[in-house]
Amino acid sequence: MADLTSTFCGIKSPNPFWLASAPPTDKEYNVRRAFEAGWGGVVWKTLGEEGPPVVNVNGPRYGAIYGADRRLLGLNNIELITDRPLEVNLEEMTRVKKDYPDRALIASVMVPCDAESWKSIIPRIAETGCDGFELNFGCPHGMAERGMGAAVGQVPEYIEMVTRWCKEATDLPVIVKLTPNITNILAPAEAALRGGADAVSLINTINSIATVNLDLFAPEPMIDGKGTHGGYCGPAVKPIAMNMVAEIARNPETANLPISGIGGVTTWRDAAEFMALGAGNVQVCTAAMTYGFKIVQEMISGLSQYLDEKDMALSELVGKATPNVTDWQYLNLNHVTKAEISQDDCIKCGRCYAACEDTSHQAIEMSADRTFTVKDEECVACNLCVNVCPIEGCITMKTLEKGEVDPRTGETVGDYANWTTHPNNVAACSAE
Amino acid sequence: MSNTPLTPGITAGRLPEESYAAQFSDLHPVLDEHEALVAADRCYFCHDAPCMTACPTSIDVPLFIRQIMTGTPEAAAKTILEQNILGGMCARVCPTETLCEEVCVREVAEGKPVEIGRLQRYATDILMEKGEHPFTRAEPTGKTVAVVGAGPAGLSAAHRLAMYGHDVVMFDARPKSGGLNEYGIASYKAPDGFAQKEVDWLMQIGGITVVNGKKLGAELSLEGLKSEYDAVFLAIGLAGVNALRAEGEDKGGVLDAVDFISELRQAEDLSKLPVGRNVVVIGGGMTAVDAAVQAKLLGAQNVSMVYRRGRARMSASEYEQDLAASKGVQIFYNAAPVAVYGNGSVTEVEFEYTAEDGGTLKGTGETFRLPADQVFKAIGQTLDGVPDEVEITGGKIAVDAVGRTSVSGIWAGGDCATGGEDLTVTAVAEGRDAAEDIHAKLMEG
Repeated sequence: MADLTSTFCGIKSPNPFWLASAPPTDKEYNVRRAFEAGWGGVVWKTLGEEGPPVVNVNGPRYGAIYGADRRLLGLNNIELITDRPLEVNLEEMTRVKKDYPDRALIASVMVPCDAESWKSIIPRIAETGCDGFELNFGCPHGMAERGMGAAVGQVPEYIEMVTRWCKEATDLPVIVKLTPNITNILAPAEAALRGGADAVSLINTINSIATVNLDLFAPEPMIDGKGTHGGYCGPAVKPIAMNMVAEIARNPETANLPISGIGGVTTWRDAAEFMALGAGNVQVCTAAMTYGFKIVQEMISGLSQYLDEKDMALSELVGKATPNVTDWQYLNLNHVTKAEISQDDCIKCGRCYAACEDTSHQAIEMSADRTFTVKDEECVACNLCVNVCPIEGCITMKTLEKGEVDPRTGETVGDYANWTTHPNNVAACSAE
Repeated sequence: MSNTPLTPGITAGRLPEESYAAQFSDLHPVLDEHEALVAADRCYFCHDAPCMTACPTSIDVPLFIRQIMTGTPEAAAKTILEQNILGGMCARVCPTETLCEEVCVREVAEGKPVEIGRLQRYATDILMEKGEHPFTRAEPTGKTVAVVGAGPAGLSAAHRLAMYGHDVVMFDARPKSGGLNEYGIASYKAPDGFAQKEVDWLMQIGGITVVNGKKLGAELSLEGLKSEYDAVFLAIGLAGVNALRAEGEDKGGVLDAVDFISELRQAEDLSKLPVGRNVVVIGGGMTAVDAAVQAKLLGAQNVSMVYRRGRARMSASEYEQDLAASKGVQIFYNAAPVAVYGNGSVTEVEFEYTAEDGGTLKGTGETFRLPADQVFKAIGQTLDGVPDEVEITGGKIAVDAVGRTSVSGIWAGGDCATGGEDLTVTAVAEGRDAAEDIHAKLMEG
């Protein structure tokens, strides 16, 4: 069994799987059960300032989209930060951390955007024995209307300022949680770094309307005939989250900033993908909310097996794919591939044909007996046939060797060459 | 003392009275909504789908399944019914395992097809339970068509013709419409009076007058119909029954399987329907299976089905054979009846083993006897009541691809006519296609 012990911006945990700040980490009862189930760490549900806590709606808080067999693909929520008194949360955190000293316990915090609010609450929370802080600059609904959450996360200057206040108020690691509801994730990430952040975590949820009730004509979740945008999460957001993680990991300025990857992590494989792109650990919420805490056991066994098979340490996995994330302009335009259909595996559904014929390059031929073959002289290797084929591995991409002639263009496959030197590129640098 | 399966002779009430309903309940219960969505999601929406080609009525299967998947089963039902107005019955009785589901790419790939038949039933049941009829009759054309036979072919043709605005009179020899749907199909395939419900639903199109108790060659003459109507469609089925050609087949207790099935379908109380202790069914088609299984379900102790050829030649599908076996029917292959024994009523049937020799079936000389107090003959039906002027080929009315007979103005379809297998769905297709041709002909001017 591979060693999954993780150290993330100085915070140790027995594995890199943390529960994200959300309903699963709302209170002592849940967190104890999570730790018993095997979670390496927990980011406690976001704490707010002292005094009367926020209130939540009393109607539905979640909306969902589904795949086949009601498999939950995306969840959207309109829940706010903790609606329990600060004092109660702090007492519970103290007790839990005392009983689980080896697990990471992170305090997520969101208070109004003034120095006094942040500087007074941080030391107070530190007394619980927590291992670090996560600044919630991401929550896109409700709290943002009050100038908190995403309202801070969308203004890099605020991120930098609040991060600095917190760093001045504690020696513990400070993680800044980023909102994806911006145009370029690098701006807030760089701001967090300037403010002294020890790490960033992303993504928080995405502004979303999950479904529209077509009888009552209102977004869902619907409260008394009205709806509001919520925060979208779950497997559906993973590609968006992974891109943002990769952007930060490959950006020279933020390349050494630890990243806690969040967004649709459901299995060990999702976690491994995030980590390969540069995440030092991952946080999970929707998968736990869908299947319960026990899923971490599959994540632990799966990641261990994978690392064993690759004979790789967990730390080696982190960022292993980052160097291969590049800009389009650097992709090798002389890498020529052709789709190839395995007739042994083909079940003759014709989906590749319909997709190619109707929407792509008319590069698949269908015979009277439903044999489907690729016309190399038409195939641009778009991969759509591979994507729509219901049989994994039935259609593959065969790479033409250097010196072979591409039947589509009549050109001989040559050495690596990209757009920056391409003759059609008016801005191309000279090849010399 | 009540009867049991062991009570000798032919008797009713072999089972506890309360058990009949369960014995004859729906073979495949309807899918619930979630099951339907899961089943629908398995469809790959194939290009030029093989299932659609395999369906004699060419139902757009991928489209109707997608309509189910998106929560519009009524639209799915309309897609089905546009091609096959008896889509509800076909969903129940079609041998899908040898039609659409056999060629489903997921059957080929995984041995587990999309459940097309059950999905079809899901959609059609929803529409029909709402009592909605999704088609409307065109303005009357003033043309009249006689449809002889109110079975699947007749109903299909009558509906299409009425929809086009023609006035249809549909005759049938029996007291109820539906043909084999009503009289000739195992009751567990279409329980709860579905056949009549479907006829009633179909008649909502309007423009169809039903006349029961009139048989071609008896109360009806082709000459009369020809002179009275602008077109005639014959869908009279196969009313005759083949003889065993075994010594002693006239003994008591030797019956036609179709009569047994019909009697069972019409019985108000199955506990009053007599059945033998030892039942022997002779034949290898769907009728044989339906008779054998239902005899067993009625409480017969031993039911044997004897077919003169090998398993592969049996016209009942493998699925049907397995169904019979699972209900406790013992199937004998390669055995032909030689003689029926008994003093007045049958007590034993003697069979001779057979072997195929270059296509011809020959007795091996070895014989065996099965005890029997009831024998059902299910060795095929024959055409009956067709006037000589109509050309017959291979025992059926000769028709072209659109159902035209040798006589101008007379069309035919269903089991009585050449072309296609003797299946409900084939009859529906033939009725529909003949109606299209009749319509085109009548509107020529």
